[in-house]
Amino acid sequence: MMSEVHPREILICTIAKLLDGVRHVAVGASSPIPAAGAMLLRALRQQAGEKGPRISILGSVEHNFFTNGSAELFDCAGQGRIDAFCLGGGQIDGRGNVNLVGTGDYPQTPVRWPGSFGSAYLYYVVPRVILFREEHTPRALVEKVDFISTPGVSNDGVYRSGGPIALLTSKALFRFDKTRPGFDLQSIHPGHDLAGIKDATGFQFAHESQPEQTALPNPQTLALLRGRVYDEVAETYPDFAAQMRREIERPLSHAS
Amino acid sequence: MVSDLRALAKYVEPGVRLALPVDYAGVSMAMTRPIIERNARNLDLVCVPTGGLQVDQLIGAGLVRSVETSAVLLGEAGGAPRFNAAVKDGAIALKDATCPAIHAGLMAAQKGSPFMPMRGLIGSDLLHHRSDWRVIDNPLADGGDPIVLIPAIKPDITIFHAPMADRFGNVWIGRRRELAAMAYASATTLVTVERIVDESLLASEMSAAGALPALYVTEVAVAPKGAWPYGLWGEYPTDTTEILRYARAARSAVGFADYMTNAQMEPA
Repeated sequence: MMSEVHPREILICTIAKLLDGVRHVAVGASSPIPAAGAMLLRALRQQAGEKGPRISILGSVEHNFFTNGSAELFDCAGQGRIDAFCLGGGQIDGRGNVNLVGTGDYPQTPVRWPGSFGSAYLYYVVPRVILFREEHTPRALVEKVDFISTPGVSNDGVYRSGGPIALLTSKALFRFDKTRPGFDLQSIHPGHDLAGIKDATGFQFAHESQPEQTALPNPQTLALLRGRVYDEVAETYPDFAAQMRREIERPLSHAS
Repeated sequence: MVSDLRALAKYVEPGVRLALPVDYAGVSMAMTRPIIERNARNLDLVCVPTGGLQVDQLIGAGLVRSVETSAVLLGEAGGAPRFNAAVKDGAIALKDATCPAIHAGLMAAQKGSPFMPMRGLIGSDLLHHRSDWRVIDNPLADGGDPIVLIPAIKPDITIFHAPMADRFGNVWIGRRRELAAMAYASATTLVTVERIVDESLLASEMSAAGALPALYVTEVAVAPKGAWPYGLWGEYPTDTTEILRYARAARSAVGFADYMTNAQMEPA
């Protein structure tokens, strides 16, 4: 008997769906949920007899195909060899702008985050960028970011082969419409509702009057995730994999 | 051995531009205290392409004038406390970048070119705040197509740690090619290593492919566990407990000073 789906498992499965069809996905060093999503997609594809996507995890020896130092990822992306990337942000605004630098007036930002990393390049040249931020609050999802580490859209004439396609949070999934530009609410995760999403979101977004609920994984997908995929995740993110396994076991041990 | 490290630290004169590698590439943590003891101020740091513990400690010690970087953080231990405090106080000048722009600047220097063009960046506040970066229209296109020029980054000094060097000054860098890029671009390159081997690394094709030739290496000193508490690829893992200990201590200037005075300099 399988315990009920963990909220983070819905995120992992949603990321796997958003990545479907990619040949090569890169994820950041401290991004266990996007990495698990990519690994789930690979496991599903391989179960279907296909090769599955190549996954590059930055900072990992096991999942790193590069031999030309830390510049190679960016060279690879610049040539169109990376199809998808997951990007977080201290602030994300309604135009898809991302702030990884800090709040308030730059440079003397009262709250300083680490910095922009490779975002001011990858966001432009990776075709399928998934914005991922678990925290869904008005301070994370803002009307306008305090600093644009990397912009959601570019003016006509600026080289831009990539950009955001979606924003996934702990509460909902949005699609990005670059023509407006802006976000469309695609689905709401179980346990949340439209009024709550509106309260938690600092920017305006388009939505149906009765939005769909985010799909739950089917039992086969969930079994694959909880077996092979968490084993693979544990190689790079042992603490995260152990925590997930503890938390999905808890209802069972409680019942016994 | 300590005198070797102190001799290396003498190269770090006040006001030099100092390039330091990302935390997983081979950081010469063993050099941090000799540099701080030498007390060379007004350093301009270049993080390739991000900085961590060493950068935070040099800032905390008051030696840093400016930081060019794509990020500064302590990995799993989160934000870099002395960097963040210095930003808030306006104590250091910031040259916020993005990883491939740092690589592009080093690549330009490596080739002896004044700049390297790079996609991305247009419309970002990074570009807005970088008066040294320029936008031109692609001269090879029929018109339009703006592109950013990143000026060559030419550090005075590069310092990193690697598993081994040979007696001839060739250094094994494996697949961490950014270390080579830093050395190519820098006037002086100082390397600490776990050990010195007798046989030339250039003697076999296998080791030669991962070697930085002595041509680019100014000095080598032995420093066992020289990346600690960072790990070193192929050698030992990161001591996360120690980095967490530092992260907690360095939340205040007093805690930082206390850590730097009392913490052990080498792994237990």
